Amino acid sequence: MTLNAQAPGPDTAPDAQGLTITARTQGQMVRRRFFRHRAALAGMIILGFVVVLAFSSIGFAGIPGWWDKSYLDTGALVNQGKPTLSLVPEFLGGDGFRIGEHPFGQDDIGIDYFALTMRGAQQSLIIAFLVGIVATAVGTVVGAAAGYFRGAAEATLMRLTDVMITIPVLIIAAVIGRMMGDSGAVVLGLFLGLVLWPTLGRLVRGEFLSLREKEFVEAARAVGTSAKRIIFRHILPNTVGVIIVAATLSVANAVLLESALSFLGLGVQAPDTSLGQLISRYRSAMVTRPWLFWWPGLFIILIALSINFIGDGLRDAFDPRQTRVRA
Amino acid sequence: MIVFIARRLVISFFVLLAATVIMFVLTALSGDPLEDLRQDASPNKAAKIADRTERMQLDEPIPVRYLSWLGNIVRGDLGVNRDGHDVATMLGEALSATLQLVIAATVMAIIIGVIIGIISALRQYSGFDYTVTFAAFVCFSLPIFWIAVMLKQYMAIEFNNWLKDPAIPPTVIGALALLSGLVFGALTVGDRRRRLISFAVGLAVGGALFAFLSATRWFADPGFGLPLTLAIALAGAVGLTVLSAGLRQRGPLYAALAAAVIGAASSEVLGPLLADPSWLEIAGLALLTVAVCAGLGYGIGGLQRRQAITAAVLTGLFTGGVVFVDRMLQAFNGYSAAVRGRPISTIGARTPNFEGDFWQMNLDTAGHLLLPTMALILISLATYTRYSRASMLEVMNQDYVRTARAKGLPERTVVVKHAFRNGLIPITTLMAVDFAGVIGGAVVTENVFGWQGMGNLFIDGLREVDPAPVMAFFIVTGTAIVVFNMIADILYAYLDPRIRLS
Repeated sequence: MTLNAQAPGPDTAPDAQGLTITARTQGQMVRRRFFRHRAALAGMIILGFVVVLAFSSIGFAGIPGWWDKSYLDTGALVNQGKPTLSLVPEFLGGDGFRIGEHPFGQDDIGIDYFALTMRGAQQSLIIAFLVGIVATAVGTVVGAAAGYFRGAAEATLMRLTDVMITIPVLIIAAVIGRMMGDSGAVVLGLFLGLVLWPTLGRLVRGEFLSLREKEFVEAARAVGTSAKRIIFRHILPNTVGVIIVAATLSVANAVLLESALSFLGLGVQAPDTSLGQLISRYRSAMVTRPWLFWWPGLFIILIALSINFIGDGLRDAFDPRQTRVRA
Repeated sequence: MIVFIARRLVISFFVLLAATVIMFVLTALSGDPLEDLRQDASPNKAAKIADRTERMQLDEPIPVRYLSWLGNIVRGDLGVNRDGHDVATMLGEALSATLQLVIAATVMAIIIGVIIGIISALRQYSGFDYTVTFAAFVCFSLPIFWIAVMLKQYMAIEFNNWLKDPAIPPTVIGALALLSGLVFGALTVGDRRRRLISFAVGLAVGGALFAFLSATRWFADPGFGLPLTLAIALAGAVGLTVLSAGLRQRGPLYAALAAAVIGAASSEVLGPLLADPSWLEIAGLALLTVAVCAGLGYGIGGLQRRQAITAAVLTGLFTGGVVFVDRMLQAFNGYSAAVRGRPISTIGARTPNFEGDFWQMNLDTAGHLLLPTMALILISLATYTRYSRASMLEVMNQDYVRTARAKGLPERTVVVKHAFRNGLIPITTLMAVDFAGVIGGAVVTENVFGWQGMGNLFIDGLREVDPAPVMAFFIVTGTAIVVFNMIADILYAYLDPRIRLS
């Protein structure tokens, strides 16, 4: 569309005057706004880096990684297990850039702490993403059904949500962790997701309640569209922004929840490990071997912070009132 | 309204009942309650197992156990735990410990969080705003147990060590001065020159303050003394008057200043009474302060009598608070010696067998509360800051705020009277819900700091697969959540007439 009413000559093309407004689809606008959000972009890069590092270094599901030490093998303690990683260049008084034998150090029985931390990060990420996916799926279906059908279906589903919300998240998660902690990260993540959907369900229901009264839904109903089709083809795409943002933030919360559970001894059980469990296991080593405490904490914060920033960027990107393009 | 409350209560009752079924069944299924006894090597192993099986009705199916538990609850009996201890007693102790912990933390988080949020909304897109936003995100992403362990290490162990010779190293003084300069600069609006001037002022004030504190070893024997008490009280009087009445009319300012002077002076006069008071006497003094200051405001206030009373009463209470803190600080030296130089404690709620006067007992409680409170505050502070910032921004863009500005009201009136009050409405809801959540949400904090509260009751019960304490915990937290949610709804409707309860 051009705003220039005069017939432009070849030299004064609207483009050259900066007066052309290119038409963009909703998706393009969202992507554009998201990629202009610097913190979100940084979060995306950091999260990608952590995921790739965690899964490629020590390998996953039988596929070997590029790191030659395992998180299960003990070894001889080198230099009391101090980290060999050095990032300070020599002209600033450091040792220069070097990774060394045990970049994150070793624990008290000589396990390579880099491998251990990477294994913990893998487990924490798996649980967090499973929780996010399961909770979002269940919450969306429940919320959509309650919001669209109203009546008895809504009453039943919303009372169910009320019941679930009455139980504090950490409490129900702790009970689930006590039951499922032995069965590994995947089972734990699935079951945690099954109890953590209510907040998302309420959110989706609210969106559906307002959207189902809109004219386009009425039009669809008037031409005899099936309920299933209206829900999935007409209303759901309009709530996708809200759902994606809530799902992202629920993943960030799940990272912290899992680490808190493992810290309390109710999450992932030894011999397997997770970031929270590592902190719990080595919390008394804070004075003598601080690195055993710092690395897992740093990774939890990196993961949670980057996901939170991605969520913030997505919220801004999907917000239709957002006109200002962030610097 | 009454119909609404009655309906909500009935529904909530059934919701809570259904939730107890879920909790009971899940807890009972979560493990083997006889696990520790199965590995027991003592000769009376079989007797112990039989004993516990009978006490916990382990030979009955879970639904029967639930019904029998429910029957006891209806009669007001919370039952016994697996070792035969009375759960009601355990619950009472745990609840009082937890309330002591979370009330202070929640109140402080609300006050600090709302203030930061509002300043950051009024200075939107400033350096301060960006810093606060980033800090809030970091707080959202912090695992509380990690922060708690760090606090133990650096705020307790190393701080106590440092107190032996409290000289602040020059680099730290420099960093603190720089920080104070940055805060001053970020809070200033205006061009670069004004911001640079504020930065320099902040740098100088911060540097001088900390250099002075270090040189006089203030932290070894802290306290304000009369001149400093008076100065702080007067500064508070000016600040509170600006907020509550403005400086156009002199009446409120004079009333507040008089309240500050009288308050500071009476701290000297009341010396004997304040040597070892009780909480009752403190409350009496607070009431007396309110009465005297209201009289002052009424007498000196002039045209703005109402605002003058507000300003004077607030100043009086503030001065009283300063005097109170001063007395606590003066008791610090004696207390520190009594606990062998470890005033900041990492474990438990009080020093065992410690006896001292009123101020020292308070210091003991404060020393134990400090770290867990800081850990709890850090987490909820971020929520309050974000919410009050968003709510304030929304209100500041409303038409009635533009109207208020257009009719020529001073910015203070616009912000304090028109925007702030309405901006607080969503926060009240958040407060109610947050407070309910925090009673059961301090599980991790209590665990790290060895606090025998609700969280430990729950975690220990869960580890032992013992439904009785877990359910006692849940009844309290679940009821709190239901009740506070209802209070939030009612408050919201009361404060915002656009909302109708149906």
